[in-house]
Amino acid sequence: MVMLKINNLKASVDGKEILKGINLEVKPGEVHAIMGPNGSGKSTLASVLAGNENFEVTEGEVSFFNKDLLVMAPEDRARAGLFLSFQYPIEIPGVSMVNFMKAAVNEKRKYNGQEPISAQDFLKMLRDKKKVVEMDDRLTSRSVNEGFSGGEKKKNEIFQMAMLEPKLSILDETDSGLDIDALRIVANGVNKLKTANTSTIVITHYQRLLDYIVPDVVHILYNGRIVKTGGKDLALELEEKGYDWIKEEVNV
Amino acid sequence: MSEQDKILNEVTQNDYKYGFHSDIEQDDIPKGLSEDVVRLISAKKNEPEWLLEYRLNAYRNWLEMKMPKWAHLKIPEINYQDIIFYSAPKQQAKYESLDEVDPELIETFNKLGIPLDEQKMLSGVAVDAVMDSISVKTTFRDVLAEKGVIFCSFSEAVQEHPDLIQKYMGSVVPSNDNYFAALNSAVFSDGSFCFIPKGVRCPMELSTYFRINAANTGQFERTLIVAEEGSYVSYLEGCTAPMRDENQLHAAIVEIVIAADAEVKYSTVQNWYPGNKNGKGGIFNFVTKRGLCQGKNSKLRWSQVETGSAVTWKYPSTLLIGDNSSAEFYSVAVTNNHQQADTGTKMIHIGKNTKSTVVSKGISAGKSQNSYRGLVKVTKRAEGARNFSQCDSLLLGDRCGAHTFPYVECENNTAILEHEATTSKIGEDQIFYCNQRGISTEDAIGMIVNGYAKEVLNTLPMEFAVEAQKLLQISLEGSVG
Repeated sequence: MVMLKINNLKASVDGKEILKGINLEVKPGEVHAIMGPNGSGKSTLASVLAGNENFEVTEGEVSFFNKDLLVMAPEDRARAGLFLSFQYPIEIPGVSMVNFMKAAVNEKRKYNGQEPISAQDFLKMLRDKKKVVEMDDRLTSRSVNEGFSGGEKKKNEIFQMAMLEPKLSILDETDSGLDIDALRIVANGVNKLKTANTSTIVITHYQRLLDYIVPDVVHILYNGRIVKTGGKDLALELEEKGYDWIKEEVNV
Repeated sequence: MSEQDKILNEVTQNDYKYGFHSDIEQDDIPKGLSEDVVRLISAKKNEPEWLLEYRLNAYRNWLEMKMPKWAHLKIPEINYQDIIFYSAPKQQAKYESLDEVDPELIETFNKLGIPLDEQKMLSGVAVDAVMDSISVKTTFRDVLAEKGVIFCSFSEAVQEHPDLIQKYMGSVVPSNDNYFAALNSAVFSDGSFCFIPKGVRCPMELSTYFRINAANTGQFERTLIVAEEGSYVSYLEGCTAPMRDENQLHAAIVEIVIAADAEVKYSTVQNWYPGNKNGKGGIFNFVTKRGLCQGKNSKLRWSQVETGSAVTWKYPSTLLIGDNSSAEFYSVAVTNNHQQADTGTKMIHIGKNTKSTVVSKGISAGKSQNSYRGLVKVTKRAEGARNFSQCDSLLLGDRCGAHTFPYVECENNTAILEHEATTSKIGEDQIFYCNQRGISTEDAIGMIVNGYAKEVLNTLPMEFAVEAQKLLQISLEGSVG
């Protein structure tokens, strides 16, 4: 069974083509890493999958649990179990994390035909999930990402992932801006949430995150296409040799 | 139009739910304004000679004055000869019990969510209900009287407490203060009077509910609040009107006098009919509100949620006279469709170590124009004055305007003045972030707007904060883009 199937996906922003035909299959339980130099289209791919309207899909198909993902509204993609950990999490002043999460959890429950969660269960869930990323109690009583440090914002993304229990998580440069301790905590959080039915796409520049979140498959994205796919050793090779040899290989 | 624009439009195009008209027998006087009309209003209210003189003096001043043009507003010519200056539901002079009140009147206020029956009321809130030109009923008067608190209609106060009215009326807003204050002082019909005696903490919220019902009528009410030494009161006013194609005029005066160590909280939820989506009809709202922090350590807090009116012209102001006195101004002003608002505050520091805080949150949607206009003035002897001002504007869509006009006049160099201003659009990135967590665009906007206004909403009494929150969402229905 395939959870996510991307076929010849092309997308552009302001008329400029960024994704030039992506093909990718992700099965339940798998961890895929997508690596590549700056500007290769990694974050664009994440945004397109999440339904960001700033990107125009010009060609190709994406199915998620055999449903056409591209016709679904962004909120429905989320409710159906697609989660994006933002590279730059957004601040929403005045909206408390607690209210925000409660709204999000209940939207997902409604989508799945469940009753809204009781206040008691919600608070318990909040307490349990905070532990996953060793999140400070203070943070959940503050406004969404407002005044959070870079590391806190990234922890907060994984905390939200824990709360929403997605089927497919896309982590867009979750390691950027993290010191080594925070990196370990965040990566451990992701690992704790992993089950045989959930999948993860890890977008990163660096091998170091993959020391903690070990990928089953590594893809190299360059100039809007996946130009190389391999096992976890491919990431090590990249770490050692940089991207130039890939560029050369492609350009030949 | 993007999906977001569509939802914004839907959210902001909601109908005004207080737009009904009640069929009540009215006692009107003929249209138009003249000395005779002023005399007629005074006679109808059986007023003492000095008050008639006060009115006539104001009227003569008004004739010499010109409509102010400095606000960032486009207002069509107002024909004062086409307005009825006094219109009252027909009733006997005074109700002894609720049974004597026209059932249609009770029904009107029920529909507005303001039951006049004390049994059914929100406990802890006394209400003065004003329809068109007169006060219909004031609840809980007996309970308040036990504490020595006077809460009644302005007309009754003129009859029953003439000494207090004569002493304080016009002491904060003189009858020749400005064009609309002069007009009000000439033709005011009713309003509320609150008097909190020395050392008394008013046991409940006091509130006045203003309703315009009759057509072609102007509403000119005044409110006078006097807080004696060491007293405390929290006061709230609410306003609605039927939907009509013609513009209707509302020009009010609010005066607040605060003695040493006393504290007054004055909250407004203004939801006059804003006009239809094409800008037809709606209330012209010209209001002069001013507080006098007269005594040492006196305190005044203005909180306002302004969502209605076609045109709003209003600057609740505070004169900080007593040493260590302080004032706060918290405002959310929402404009949508073709609404225009020019609103803000004046903080005049006169006493030593006086403090003021201004938090203004403008929200503009549709084709509306929303301006903040504020003055912070520190006079020579106001040693150690402090002001903090924060003016934020939030734009929904790209056809509306937000403007900020902050004025500062400082004559004492020990003063510390801070001003912060921001303008933001509800970011597409914020909405997308919410979408990505499963929250629809409409809910996201409601959440973001209420979050943005939270600092102000938190200053309202609890029951009203909830109302105000809903009101914000409804006012913006159909607007987000």
